[in-house]
Amino acid sequence: MVYDVFGLLANSDSECYKYWVEWFIYAEGNEYFCEVDEEFMLDRFNLTNLPPMPHYHKALELITDRIPEKPMSEEMRDSVERSAKHLYGLIHARFITTPRGLLKMQEKLKRGDFGRCPRVHCYQNPLLPVGLTDVPSQQAVKLYCGRCEDIYNPKSRRHNLIDGAYFGTSFPHMLMQSFNIKPTPSEQRYVPKIFGFQIHSVATLHRWQDEQRDEQKKRLGPLYAE
Amino acid sequence: MAEPTGSSHAAPSAPDALPVDLHGGLYHSGLDNTESDFDEEPYASEDSANLTWISWFCSLKGHEYFCEVPEDFIEDEFNLTGLQQSINFYYEALDMILDIEDDNDDPLDANKIETIDSSAEVLYGLIHARFILTRNGLHMMADKYENADFGVCPRYCCDGALAVPCGRNDAPDYDSVKLFCPSCLDIYSPPSSRYQKIDGAYFGTTFPHMFFQAFPSLIPEQAPSLYTPKIYGFAINERSKNGPRMKWLRMHPIPEQSTEDADAEDGSRAPGNTTGSQSPDDARHASSSAIHVASAAASPHPQHSTAAPATPVSDKPREENMDTGTDKAATSCPSTPALASGALLTEPTACRDDDIAMAASGRQSALDYRVDTPSENRQKDTPAAGDGA
Repeated sequence: MVYDVFGLLANSDSECYKYWVEWFIYAEGNEYFCEVDEEFMLDRFNLTNLPPMPHYHKALELITDRIPEKPMSEEMRDSVERSAKHLYGLIHARFITTPRGLLKMQEKLKRGDFGRCPRVHCYQNPLLPVGLTDVPSQQAVKLYCGRCEDIYNPKSRRHNLIDGAYFGTSFPHMLMQSFNIKPTPSEQRYVPKIFGFQIHSVATLHRWQDEQRDEQKKRLGPLYAE
Repeated sequence: MAEPTGSSHAAPSAPDALPVDLHGGLYHSGLDNTESDFDEEPYASEDSANLTWISWFCSLKGHEYFCEVPEDFIEDEFNLTGLQQSINFYYEALDMILDIEDDNDDPLDANKIETIDSSAEVLYGLIHARFILTRNGLHMMADKYENADFGVCPRYCCDGALAVPCGRNDAPDYDSVKLFCPSCLDIYSPPSSRYQKIDGAYFGTTFPHMFFQAFPSLIPEQAPSLYTPKIYGFAINERSKNGPRMKWLRMHPIPEQSTEDADAEDGSRAPGNTTGSQSPDDARHASSSAIHVASAAASPHPQHSTAAPATPVSDKPREENMDTGTDKAATSCPSTPALASGALLTEPTACRDDDIAMAASGRQSALDYRVDTPSENRQKDTPAAGDGA
């Protein structure tokens, strides 16, 4: 039991996990994270140029389950734990764009771990987490729907607190490119009606939007629905 | 009991008279009327035991979308035209809604009570759908709307626009209630599963649009911002198999009258960007966001290498923030070594703001030192990381 050293198990979860990473990804609110391979974290090359953070080395020791030489004070432990979570997030963002990471995230996508698209005409299309910036502590994570190609706020407040930089801006698109799993574009849409009659202003907008779509179709020709 | 609402006959037949006098001073007086309705109710009190059926029903968890239909609206037979045929135990259900005690105290079997319970719910829902189209009902719903009782649009670019409940069919048992967002004109499933038990017919297909016709001031200003998928800062080319195909869904035309103003403003703004004294709009978005609420201030230049002839509004904000983005590239992005290892094991360029990404997709000046990966991504059909997968 490595974590007794840090007292993590005592105050966070009654269940026992053997590894810190395991504990972290099963903690409530961390459903979006996948397990980063230990080899990946141990390769210094992969940690090049991470933004500076307090207790970087101790945090790295913690997430890679190496027992520290001497016990730490309470505040120190908290600080290290915070850093560890942050560090794990940043490494996670790098890991999930690697082939192994993409595979792991695809599994999670298939299970619908990231939720479903709230848009009615997307028919519960599974979502993917995405950041709006790769700089940490700027924006919370958003969810990308490949069907409507739009981003949504997570339903749960817990998920709204996760930093978007822990997933990065490129990840969902990289996944779609890699596995070719982008849903086919659909032309279905919601048409507002009052007593069965369309609304003029909305209908005008829809006609214009349809024109844009048809133009793109013409422009791309056979590439459009390939 | 309560004073006449004066609009009780409007529900099924006369929507055309509605939007006329809904604005201005009437708005508040309408609300006052509805409040006094409930103050005068004989059984209305804080004590939950003495709640009317309607108050009780609307206070249930998951029934936050409902407003309380005044009893005199329900008592008017005209408003209930056609409902009798579609509901079992219609009269019993109606009595239950109106809290009318049964005269003959026949002991009812549990089955029948259950049916009446659910009938009462359906009946109230269908009456509710009619009531919220009346003037009084629209005012009550406006009150709830401004309280944000219906929640917000989940779409990020709508920036928390308040939504209204919406049905997909006017007949019950078709689909649960959805939320209509006036900003993106689309419908969404409510976030909580509680609302999945509520029938969309209890609000109707017409209500959200009638509502915003009646209160156009409640429509949020159109924010034609779009999300642009990017890989390492480069927008995915539309010629790619996985390129954008659904942009049309969220696009808005550029307002015509603003083109001259926009050119003028664009010119005056250019020096401001370099000195850092940006408009509040710029400053707000340069801080973090990848998505830009469009201001009508940019001349549309085609940006993609594919030379899109019709420049959608979506390109505007990108153009506009290009300068700020480049500035940020110099300041906020730590200089990273150009790692040209074929393996995507590491992507040290990940620390990049999306604003920079915008600069990158347009001009690449700040990013020339790491074009290796992105330039691959720009190629049609080149899987970015799939080779090893």
